[in-house]
Amino acid sequence: MTIPAPGAIDCDIHPALPGTHVLVPYLDDYWRAHVKMRGLDRDNYNASAFPPNAPINARPDWRPPKGFPGSDLTTLQTQALDAFQTRYAICNVLHGSPAIFSEDLSAAFCRAINDWISKEWLDRDERLRASIVVPMHSPDLAAKEIERCAADPRFVQVLVWEMTELPLGRRLNWPMLRAAEQADLPIGVHAGSSYRHPPTNLGWPSYYLEDYVSWSTGFAGVLNSLISEGAFVEFPRLKIVLMESGVTWLPAWMWRANKTWRGVRAEVPWLDKSPADYAREHVRLTIQPFDTPPKTEQLLKIIEEIDCEDMLLFSTDYPHWHFDGTDALPDGLPERLLRKIQVENPLKTYTRLKP
Amino acid sequence: MARHVVATVDEIARGTCKIVTVSGREIGVYNVHGEYYALINRCPHEGAALCLGPIMGRFESSRPGEYSLSHEGEMLRCPWHGWEFDIKTGQSWCHPDSVKARTYKVEVVAGETLAKGPFVAETVPVTIEQNYVVVEL
Repeated sequence: MTIPAPGAIDCDIHPALPGTHVLVPYLDDYWRAHVKMRGLDRDNYNASAFPPNAPINARPDWRPPKGFPGSDLTTLQTQALDAFQTRYAICNVLHGSPAIFSEDLSAAFCRAINDWISKEWLDRDERLRASIVVPMHSPDLAAKEIERCAADPRFVQVLVWEMTELPLGRRLNWPMLRAAEQADLPIGVHAGSSYRHPPTNLGWPSYYLEDYVSWSTGFAGVLNSLISEGAFVEFPRLKIVLMESGVTWLPAWMWRANKTWRGVRAEVPWLDKSPADYAREHVRLTIQPFDTPPKTEQLLKIIEEIDCEDMLLFSTDYPHWHFDGTDALPDGLPERLLRKIQVENPLKTYTRLKP
Repeated sequence: MARHVVATVDEIARGTCKIVTVSGREIGVYNVHGEYYALINRCPHEGAALCLGPIMGRFESSRPGEYSLSHEGEMLRCPWHGWEFDIKTGQSWCHPDSVKARTYKVEVVAGETLAKGPFVAETVPVTIEQNYVVVEL
């Protein structure tokens, strides 16, 4: 593995809420009273997709003696920012709030998370940027929250999960996509599910192994949906960042999507280029995990098949465990591509980041 | 390059195709709104008998949820994998610049002119009263 160069832009790190109680001061009077009355502040609302004790969800040396990994600013500064000499790092809070069934409670908690990350994290370290957490099952409320937070240029992205109630490209979700496009914010689609449906196409899996490994097919589904529904035709400036998706499944998806499109394209006549070309133009992927093959020549073949140097974005996925030490990049990538992955591509994707 | 008489104009009604063999090559001769066009009967993708595919229009859209059908009778859909081709140009819909079916020049010639030659009338007997479809290859 390769150590990132100083000044790289880390497009996926995960500060964690120490507990839902920290949001109480950020709720308005009504929701503070409501949450207190129901005792919701004593519930952690951990996202089921990220069981805190699963080894993959915190590297052993990044697991604090107490509290959730990623919940302490000083520790995160040392381990995620100083250790990699990061220029910017984009905070993606993975908390259950965006998936709460009550749309209004979900929206209230999401507003509180955005105000909390802004005050408790972004105000305290100028290297940090954040994604806007939204009630992702309520596109109208999500759009309102995007508009509210977009005023703060330190919010550089909208965060949703890969598997939600509806495929992301469905027209019901368009108010959210429209708001993101209008604010020039990419939509970051992070691994994980709100478990409204089984996370595999086959039904409910028995083990975390099945669950986690299946997620790359969920990401392919996100692309299928966004492209087929014509989201990139309707919103030509929309950018999508797939986070923690793995990378090496992509060429196989490109090949299969293009092949099928050539035969059935009349079903989706708004597409004026191939699915892979839409992906190359609108879709970016963070590089942890990469799912790197064992040999460099295999890796280079995959890069060649992707056939686009703009798609990959540096990430550590801190504190999740995909690599050890500071070797956060796959070995064998050409120097020019490495530079693009670490700096140029993130700056082009997140236009709110100042070079 | 020779000119081959392949049909009388009456044989190929509007919106239909006649498959002929010229110099050992199968060619589909189409009547599109009264104009004649010829395509090789072989899909550039996997070699299917392209001209056995249905004749259609152009399915297009300016944005999701809006549909328009135009150029009725000018498109051909390969019977194997559904790739669409423009009968007039041989261009595929998906990759118009790189994937094309070979086309041939076609003209309608009066029997009177044909009688003077030089034309190859392999299978079609020529009379001076008729008009003929002539393919060049």
